[in-house]
This record gives sequence, structure tokens and C-alpha cells, in this order.
Amino acid sequence: MSEVGAAAPRRPIISARGLRKSFGALEVLKGIDFDVLPSQVSVVIGPSGSGKSTLLRCCNGLETADAGSLEICGRTLVDHGRRLPEPELNALRTRVGMVFQSFNLFPHLTVLGNVTIGPRKLRDLSAADAETAARRLLDKVGLASKADAYPSTLSGGQKQRVAIARALAMEPQVMLFDEPTSALDPELVGEVLLVMKNLAREGMTMMVVTHEMGFAREVGDVVSVMDHGVVLESGPPAQIFDAPLHARTREFLQAVVTRAGPKPQATQPATAPLAIDDH
Amino acid sequence: MDFDFAPVFHGWRALAHGALVTVEVSVGAIALGCLVGLVIGLGRLDPRRRVVYALCSAYLTVVRGTPLLVQLFIWFFGLPVIGIQLPAFFCGIVGIGMYSGAYVSEIVRGAIQSIDRGQMEAARSLGMPYRMAMRSIVIPQAVIRMIPPLGNEFIAVIKNSSLVSLVTIADVMHEGQKIISVSYRSLEVYLAIAVVYFALTNLTGFALRFAERRLAVGGLVQ
Repeated sequence: MSEVGAAAPRRPIISARGLRKSFGALEVLKGIDFDVLPSQVSVVIGPSGSGKSTLLRCCNGLETADAGSLEICGRTLVDHGRRLPEPELNALRTRVGMVFQSFNLFPHLTVLGNVTIGPRKLRDLSAADAETAARRLLDKVGLASKADAYPSTLSGGQKQRVAIARALAMEPQVMLFDEPTSALDPELVGEVLLVMKNLAREGMTMMVVTHEMGFAREVGDVVSVMDHGVVLESGPPAQIFDAPLHARTREFLQAVVTRAGPKPQATQPATAPLAIDDH
Repeated sequence: MDFDFAPVFHGWRALAHGALVTVEVSVGAIALGCLVGLVIGLGRLDPRRRVVYALCSAYLTVVRGTPLLVQLFIWFFGLPVIGIQLPAFFCGIVGIGMYSGAYVSEIVRGAIQSIDRGQMEAARSLGMPYRMAMRSIVIPQAVIRMIPPLGNEFIAVIKNSSLVSLVTIADVMHEGQKIISVSYRSLEVYLAIAVVYFALTNLTGFALRFAERRLAVGGLVQ
């Protein structure tokens, strides 16, 4: 980070300008400007198909934007459709943690194996060091006792917490969450949100695509609303949820609230006991 | 109806030696087939790598689209015409191995492509290069899915290896026919040969089921 005067704005960890992406004839991102500042929790909400997951996936090169520019951790990931060369992209990805909707744990490895494989192969950590770090992370997500289990024996919530530990093991500068609780049974959502909340509290920079409005309101520093490939509006949660500028935002929030019940509902498990343990 | 297995018992040494040759040809062909299959299968994963994809596809269609016997005859009787004379044993293993490789390549490709795309994405998102992700994440999971179809293919190779008797290799089929040519007990000798193949193929099937179970214990199977 460049040392400019204290008054100068901090340099964003993620910075997108005029980002465009099409799949065939369908334009999914229509010129996105988007910033995530260090230690900020940036939540992206919006209806399905609004492009929010694509935006997130662009941020670690799983998708390549067709136009516009994208800067991550001080590196230019994409500029006018030209992506960072493969070796540099791989290096950049080690600093960008990603958590998927469907967990994507490696089923042929134990929980410990899942968390240590990245550091061992990519950060040149010794097996012993990687294991020590992994056990600490598993403890942090409340799964220390599951280190030797295989993913198939875990619940969805446990799987997602392992996936978070796996991403954290690379000691990333920013964590990307792609609808991390959408594939979970309702009663398992809380334990994952709690881990994410603790992470935010520790100052981790996070970009979170989610339908959990309670989480967005409570933990988000900035909430952005996407619709049809554009960011409709962006601001502090109170503004977005209580005084949205856009009619489309109001419609979306209305629809979500009608479906999910009043707002505190989703938050409840996340604010519940701080110590999470295996079931 | 009178059966006379005496020629079989008298010729047991020759048959046993022939069985050993059958095993040698089969093992060699299976090993070569796996190697060729892996290369061709990996080459057909991505159609956007046009040249590699086209070459591998050409191999598959040509080798799979022509009879094994014709290929064996080309290796052994055809190539000498243009001055390439190869030992019969070599022709047998390479002929069957390359033929089997075409089938194995589709097994390899199918198994790899059946692994959820998210596995590759998760590996890449950690920062793994493509090859590393393939080697340490995708292929270990794909291998377990290859086992049942590979079992079929290995068994087919063992049975197809009987064709090498036609290019002068003294396998169990060849030895059996020599016994028949002097004893005329064709039914008894062919039954004995069938028993040898039956034992070899079922041993292979059993070994693969065992391997599958072992890998399952290692957490490879969900």
C-alpha cells in the first residue's frame, strides 16, 4: 500500500472500471464500476441473473471480462479484455480467497488435506507447518475435531466452514464469497454466517454475494444492489435497506422480505452463541 | 460320445507356457494401452487446442474404426513390404496395445469430464496451475471412475490377445492348435483353452474390484 497522507483515500483492494462481460449474445455485466477498500465488507445483493456472481468470479479470473479494467491487490487482472498472463494470474489467486456456493471441497482428501494442500503446494510450507496452521484455522471455524474426516461425512454447514478454512490457509488479502449459504439447509446457515462475521470483525477484506439480507445489513460496510448487469446503487446498509433511491431496489427488497419474512429473521442465528461446535 | 482329455494332459507344459505368453502379451498390451489412452484422452479434453485435438481424434477414429486382426496383420505382414520387419512378439504387444489405447482414451476422457467443474475451479482459485490441479485434484478422483470400464477393457485385451496366435506368437491359443493338429481332439483342447482365458479374465476382474474397494476406503468414492 502506498504511504500517502493520512487524509488520502486508501487504495482499493478490488477496483473495477467499466467492466463488461457477455456470454454469447447475453451481456451479463454492462459496464460495472466497483470498489472494495481494505478491511471493508462489501456485500452485493440483487435478483438471480443480475450478474453479481459473474462480477465476483471476474475478481479471481475464473471469468475474464471482455472490456473495462479490473485491479486486484494492486495488480491489473484485466485491462480491455486482456487478462494477466497465466503464471502471474496463479500468483495473484494465492492472495484472493474464494468460497463457492457448492463448497467444492476435494472429496478424495481429508478435511486436513483440503486445508493443507494449498499451502503445501503453493506456499512451500513444510507438511508440519501447514498442518499446524490448518489445525489452528479448523479450530477457528469450530471443526478441530473433524480434521481427519472426509468431506462426504460432513454436513453442508461444516463443509462450507472447511471451505472457508481452506481459503484462509493461503493467507489471502481478500476473500470472495459466492452465495456461501444458498446451498445450505436453513438451520445450517447461521454457523457459516457466524464464521464470516468473525472474519469481518478481524478486519478481513471481504466481497460477499448473498441473499442473506440480515447479514448484509448487520455486517456489510457497503451494500451494492445489482440488476440486469448494472450496479443500481451502492451505499451503507442503512441507506440501501431503509431509504433506497431506486424503485427497482425497493421492488427487490420488497420481494425478498415478503419471501423471507421480516428482516431480523435471517440475522438471528448469526448473532446467537459465539462459540460454534460440531454437532 | 467319448471325451479324451489325454492330449490336454500330455501337452500341459506347452499349454502352460502358452498361457504365460498370453499373460505377457496381455500385460504388455494393457500397460501400453493405458499409456496411449492417457495421452490421447488428455489430448481430447479441450477442442480449443485444435491441432492436438484433431490429431488425437484422428488416432481414435482410425484405430477404433478398423479391425484388430487387420491392424495386427499390417504390423506383422504389411510393414515388411516397405522394409520394416518387426519381431512377432513386438507386433503383438504394440498392435493390441495401440488398439486398446483408443478405447482407454475414451474411458480416460469420460472419467475426467465427469468430475464436477467446481473441483477444477476450486483448485485454480487456490492458485494452482492447470497441470497441478489436474494432477492432484481432478485425476485422482477420475481414476476411481475409470476402474469399472477399464476392467471391461482389460478383459477384452486378454481375450483379443488370442489373435496374436495368427502372427506366429506361441500363446495358449497357438499351443492348443498345435496339439489339435496332431490329436484331432479339438473340443477338449478348446475347452481347456477357454478355461485358461476364463481364469485370467476373472482374476483381472477380481483384482480390479479389490483395487476399487481399497481406494474407496481411502475416501475416493463418495
